[in-house]
Amino acid sequence: MTGSTSPASIGRPTGHASFRSFPLNAWYAAAWDHEVGRNLLATTVANRPIVLYRTTGGRPVALADACWHRLAPLSMGKLRGDDEIMCGYHGICYDPDGRATFMPAQETINPSASVHSFPVVERHRYVWVWPGDPALADPALVPDLYWNEHPDWAGDGKTIHVNCSYQLIVDNLMDLTHEQFVHGSSIGHDALSESEFTVTHTDRTVTVTKWMLGIEPPPFWKRNLQDRFPGYEGPVDRWQIIRYTAPSTIAIDVGVAKAGTGAPEGDRSQGVTGTVINTMTPETDNTCHYLWAFARDWCLDKQVITTRLREGVSNVFFEDELMLEAQQRGIEANPDYDFYNLNIDAGSMWTRRIVQRMIDAELGSDTGAVGAVAGHAAAAMAEVTAAANAEPPGDGGAGQAAEVASGVARHREQPTAGLMGRGL
Amino acid sequence: MAATSAKRWGRARVIDVCEVAQHVRRIVLEPEQPDVPAPPGSHIDIGVYVNGRADVRSYSVVGMSGYGTELVLGVQLARQSRGGSAFMHGLRRGQEVSITQPLQNFPLNYGRPGYVLAAGGIGVTALVAMGRALKTRGADYRFVYGARSRGLMAFLDELVAEHGDRLDLRIDDEGGSLDVGELVAGVPDGGELYVCGPTPMLDAIKAAWAQAGRRPADLRFETFGSSGRFAPEAFTVRIPRLGLETLVPHDVSMLEALEACGADMMFDCRRGECGLCEVKVLDVDGVIDHRDVFLSDEQHRVGDRLQCCVSRVVSARTGGLAGGDGRPGVVSIDVP
Repeated sequence: MTGSTSPASIGRPTGHASFRSFPLNAWYAAAWDHEVGRNLLATTVANRPIVLYRTTGGRPVALADACWHRLAPLSMGKLRGDDEIMCGYHGICYDPDGRATFMPAQETINPSASVHSFPVVERHRYVWVWPGDPALADPALVPDLYWNEHPDWAGDGKTIHVNCSYQLIVDNLMDLTHEQFVHGSSIGHDALSESEFTVTHTDRTVTVTKWMLGIEPPPFWKRNLQDRFPGYEGPVDRWQIIRYTAPSTIAIDVGVAKAGTGAPEGDRSQGVTGTVINTMTPETDNTCHYLWAFARDWCLDKQVITTRLREGVSNVFFEDELMLEAQQRGIEANPDYDFYNLNIDAGSMWTRRIVQRMIDAELGSDTGAVGAVAGHAAAAMAEVTAAANAEPPGDGGAGQAAEVASGVARHREQPTAGLMGRGL
Repeated sequence: MAATSAKRWGRARVIDVCEVAQHVRRIVLEPEQPDVPAPPGSHIDIGVYVNGRADVRSYSVVGMSGYGTELVLGVQLARQSRGGSAFMHGLRRGQEVSITQPLQNFPLNYGRPGYVLAAGGIGVTALVAMGRALKTRGADYRFVYGARSRGLMAFLDELVAEHGDRLDLRIDDEGGSLDVGELVAGVPDGGELYVCGPTPMLDAIKAAWAQAGRRPADLRFETFGSSGRFAPEAFTVRIPRLGLETLVPHDVSMLEALEACGADMMFDCRRGECGLCEVKVLDVDGVIDHRDVFLSDEQHRVGDRLQCCVSRVVSARTGGLAGGDGRPGVVSIDVP
């Protein structure tokens, strides 16, 4: 047997349909800043029920939404004093660190009386929580979404609750060729699927870049460009630069400029630039909160444009929501089938690999040796081959079994490895 | 159904092994947990042990035997293989192996007005079951089977007995080589051509099919990226941006060699069709033997990119460049 058979690491290859894991040691946007106040907001992040509120001093608090006593949701209780929450069932009170401060019908506080207090950071108009090990919760790891609050940018956004794995939204945003087919009436363009793109990556980021030069602008972008250059009817150079930060934040630098005015070389003065800010928070394995915003660099003082863009993008994203929820149902309706990954999925495949490595690191599994995706096949394979391959190649039967198991494990990560050996 | 199946691994026992042509063995496996009968065009994946390392290979299911519970494979011992076929040829009766359920990437569509099956060499293994299915359904079909010589042709007697006049043998050393133009012309309008064979044969048929203006979807083929225009040679691959350089031995893929030297490579299908392992070619000393089915002919000709799971490089002399010498090929690439 190998170390790969612990239940925690049994899974499916990251490039495939049923992949839906998420790391816990990460900041996830639990809410917009304005949603967290002197009220109790119940939400779920990474399968963990959480109650959010703000102290009178303005500090956001995120506690496990289950009373230490008998697990009643604290979100059904009420705020007490400047910074405490009281369970609505038996009145047990907790401070922002989750320690009990009041117990009913006794003069002491039970020493163990506490609920988990999640690390919280408020930044870029979102309240972020860290569902994993609090010791690792470094605020410097919050994704940089400065466009949401920078004076050179204006914009707004919304939250969509989507009945799909957060990874399907990451996939969706990492490959924008779908705009041509899903959003044909607004931002779609034939050039999207005809243009070349480049993909680069680092340990925590993936960037997909696509330029479409000298094209007719799609309706959405034509109008935006005319905000700044009224009456402009000519062709444009259009860009989409998708920047992913693990595990689930994507900022997309999008825009158009009058064709041939130097945008690809860095001069965007004859164009308009937007940043589509997306951060996906897994709620459960199959559902997520999708917090998005659209920030622009033109006509910053025009609230009417902010509203127009927010509502316009909202309509566009509704088209995605329909498709993504249908895709999730499709995945669940076809449990015996995997994805076939295409060239256009390169960006999403890198994000899945990075996420898998984060999960492996949390589980302490050694991806280099066996691959955390080994699953049942490796176990079965090890048993089989211990019996089947009678002559060891020198290192004894058990070693060989483990070797074969690791080969199958590797293969599950790399499906159809070895078709070259098919006898042709 | 030909969506990509999730693999289920199980045990199987080797029931029989026998030589059915030069270097070709018929191997019969009995799965411990019988699955549905393997559909025509399907294959299984099998765990093999090669050069001190476990790996996985795929083999077409030639048919079902016993009471429909045994899987028949045909495996050619390939001199240039990476060792999987040698493992398969080492199997003995009674041994246990680990296999998947039948996987379908090459389904047969029924109801067409006519069919041509074109097998090259050991590629016949993917088409034997199709021929049987077409005969059973009374379809109008022709089975074209080509090879260098008669002794290399597996399952020949069975095919002759089964298909009679519908079987069209094209044997190079008997003067009856395959003419791809004639092959394509022999497929009736609305009919389908199913091909399994070495890459040069497939390339020629694809070109003839396109030239004849036939509907691309009516040419069905399965690909393994295992054979190219040239025999595999060792060559050097460099990634200047990462300061990496490694030798790619003749029996190792560029992708495997790059992974072994520490490059973080993206890939999925590993048979030259999905396009995920594409790398940019910066410079090449020698000739690229593409072997993939993802890029178009024009993209192959330009040669500014390749699919590193199957593409290789041969020396200028091997590649037939004027004045080329025999120094091993060298390719400089950049990766995502």
